[in-house]
Amino acid sequence: MNSFFQPFFEYANEWAPQLGEAMVNTALLSVSGFALSLVFGLLLLLAQGSDYALISRFAKLYITVVRGVPLLAVLFLIYFGLPGIGITFDAFPAAVLGLSLCFAAQVGEVLRAGLKAVPNGQREAALSVGFTPSQSFAYIVLPQVLRIVLSPMLVTFVSLLKDSSLASLITVDELVLTGRAMATEYFLPLQIYIAVGLCYFVIAWPFSLLSRRLAR
Amino acid sequence: MDALLRVTGLRKAYGPVEVLKGIDLSVRPGEKIALIGPSGSGKSTCLRCLNFLEKPSAGQIFLDEEEIGVRNGRPMSDRELAPQRSEMGMVFQLFNLWPHLTVTENVAIAARKVRGLPAKEARELALEMLAKVHMTHRADASPAELSGGQQQRVAIARALSQKPKLMLFDEPTSALDPELVHEVLKVIEELAAEGRTMLIVTHEIAFARDVADRVLFLDGGVIVEEGPARNVISHPREPRTQSFLKQIRH
Amino acid sequence: MPGIETLHFVLEGLLAGVGVTMLVTVCALLIGTAFGFALSLVREFTRSRLIHFSVDAYLEFFRNIPALTHLFILYFGLASIGLRLSALTAAVLGLGLIGAASTCDIFRAGFRALPRGQTEAALAAGFTPWQTIQFILMPQAMRVALPGLGNFAVQLVKDTSVVSAIAAPEIMFYARSMVTSSFQTTLIYTTAAVLYLLLSLPLMQGVRLLERHYGRTKG
Ligand SMILES: Nc1ncnc2c1ncn2[C@@H]1O[C@H](COP(=O)(O)OP(=O)(O)O)[C@@H](O)[C@H]1O
Ligand SMILES: [Mg+2]
Repeated sequence: MNSFFQPFFEYANEWAPQLGEAMVNTALLSVSGFALSLVFGLLLLLAQGSDYALISRFAKLYITVVRGVPLLAVLFLIYFGLPGIGITFDAFPAAVLGLSLCFAAQVGEVLRAGLKAVPNGQREAALSVGFTPSQSFAYIVLPQVLRIVLSPMLVTFVSLLKDSSLASLITVDELVLTGRAMATEYFLPLQIYIAVGLCYFVIAWPFSLLSRRLAR
Repeated sequence: MDALLRVTGLRKAYGPVEVLKGIDLSVRPGEKIALIGPSGSGKSTCLRCLNFLEKPSAGQIFLDEEEIGVRNGRPMSDRELAPQRSEMGMVFQLFNLWPHLTVTENVAIAARKVRGLPAKEARELALEMLAKVHMTHRADASPAELSGGQQQRVAIARALSQKPKLMLFDEPTSALDPELVHEVLKVIEELAAEGRTMLIVTHEIAFARDVADRVLFLDGGVIVEEGPARNVISHPREPRTQSFLKQIRH
Repeated sequence: MPGIETLHFVLEGLLAGVGVTMLVTVCALLIGTAFGFALSLVREFTRSRLIHFSVDAYLEFFRNIPALTHLFILYFGLASIGLRLSALTAAVLGLGLIGAASTCDIFRAGFRALPRGQTEAALAAGFTPWQTIQFILMPQAMRVALPGLGNFAVQLVKDTSVVSAIAAPEIMFYARSMVTSSFQTTLIYTTAAVLYLLLSLPLMQGVRLLERHYGRTKG
């Protein structure tokens, strides 16, 4: 048992900076991916409610496809596949794009559920005191939606953070890829992957805790 | 013309189902009207058509000789309707207070955002309205902390803050525990005594008899009987009114 | 442009992985559901603080760390201390353990959706606590949990793609090893994506039916 923990102490000052830098990359990747997911998710939500059947049907199809296709396939398609037809991405933007294309559906669903959770009477009461529709939305509906979606959004963010690990497989220099390189270098895969896991945990756990507190 | 509100030939259908089958109604300034009738007879729909929360299928509504919901022969959007709606204060059966705002904010926000009052004035107005419904002591509470009766009184204050020409009440006490009904009816009675014009949907027959000037009995989407409150309630002429009143008293 | 022969070649190559994808999905589904259900029972119906803490720790551990990391620990990490698991074993075990954390949440939500009166009525009727769980609470909780479990299965099909990273020979693994010339890569990965979609669609349809069937009755 002692020999299991020993490397953590022995190499702490070598591992910490490497993993620290990788954590920053993972965080950067996740935050960028999530930000773009919000944009796509909002667009998807608008598209779903569109009066044009073509647009709303596309949105439905998109959601079905994304629900059924793994992120990894999307990442490989973007990074390795698209160059075959002349579209080339760097690894990092490819990962951000892939993550956000996949998570847009989830984000859109969270937003949709949030909107649905505000009873129609809230809007009616707002209209009845003389608010315009946009005022009703801005002052009455939106603040309630934001409060409702906050917790599920954090859960979505944690999922995205975890799935950002797949970017290692398209050569993005984040936690897992850094871990792989270190595992080869030190030949201590167990300790190193556990350390990598803990790094994720350190980022994700506070969000999980917060989301559960907000859900109450 | 001395009518504040004039409704002619109001009809409303949901798909093939006609819920209102031609309502004519005229309300003088200061008049209190009780709208009674069995569940599903179209009372809520009628009230909601007045401020266009439901779009009527046919008919016209005039408030102070201005036609509601129609401009230059074309239907108005929700956006265009906003100023007209703010002239009618509506009180809902389920209160519909806004849970993310405090009691005072619930009452003040329309004054601020719709009429553009400065924050301080809007707050003063709100407190004034809360005083009318005896809710000043909970001014900073959140709606969720209030009893149903208190919530409904705040909702009344919210409607009053619009300085409406006409108050619409849709079964304001139906969702309340029996012991809380009285405090809300008392507030409405006080407002009636101020000479406000009110249209009240209610199952509180004694209240309708004592407070309303006129009672309309609605059944199956038509006004079956109407007249002075005492007459209709104590001596109904129509058999349908008689059986409804008999049921409700038991 | 890739011709029909290329497509045939690609399909044949990828179909070799479909069996393993399905095998891993089914095994992980069984392990994940059974273990998650056990966890939910223990978490909801015991009073012991130690047990509560252990289950919660388990849930947090799997909720906040990526599947890929868990798989690497199981496959590469354990091998380095002499516990050598086959890629398939590591894949099924990893996805099963991770899945148990998801299904545990789903079952718990099912139990919590039941009104307190259900337990009280059962106890009043003379059921023992375990009988109450067995005959009154479990059947009802299952109904509530069913759509959630369906969604879990849909997610699991996709998650199996990750085990290609530890060389378990499923669809994605073949896709990666097949990539030879650049013009084919687009076709290969698109075909792989479509294969996953085809595997998921029946499950997604099943979830829809479940939701329609059970969703309505629950307010
Ligand atoms: N949005 C709607 N769509 C379809 N039918 C409706 C809708 N709202 C009300 N109705 C129907 O119209 C009738 C009258 O409803 P309502 O005005 O609420 O009655 P009341 O308030 O007198 O109980 C009822 O039969 C009700 O089912
Ligand atoms: Mg009604």
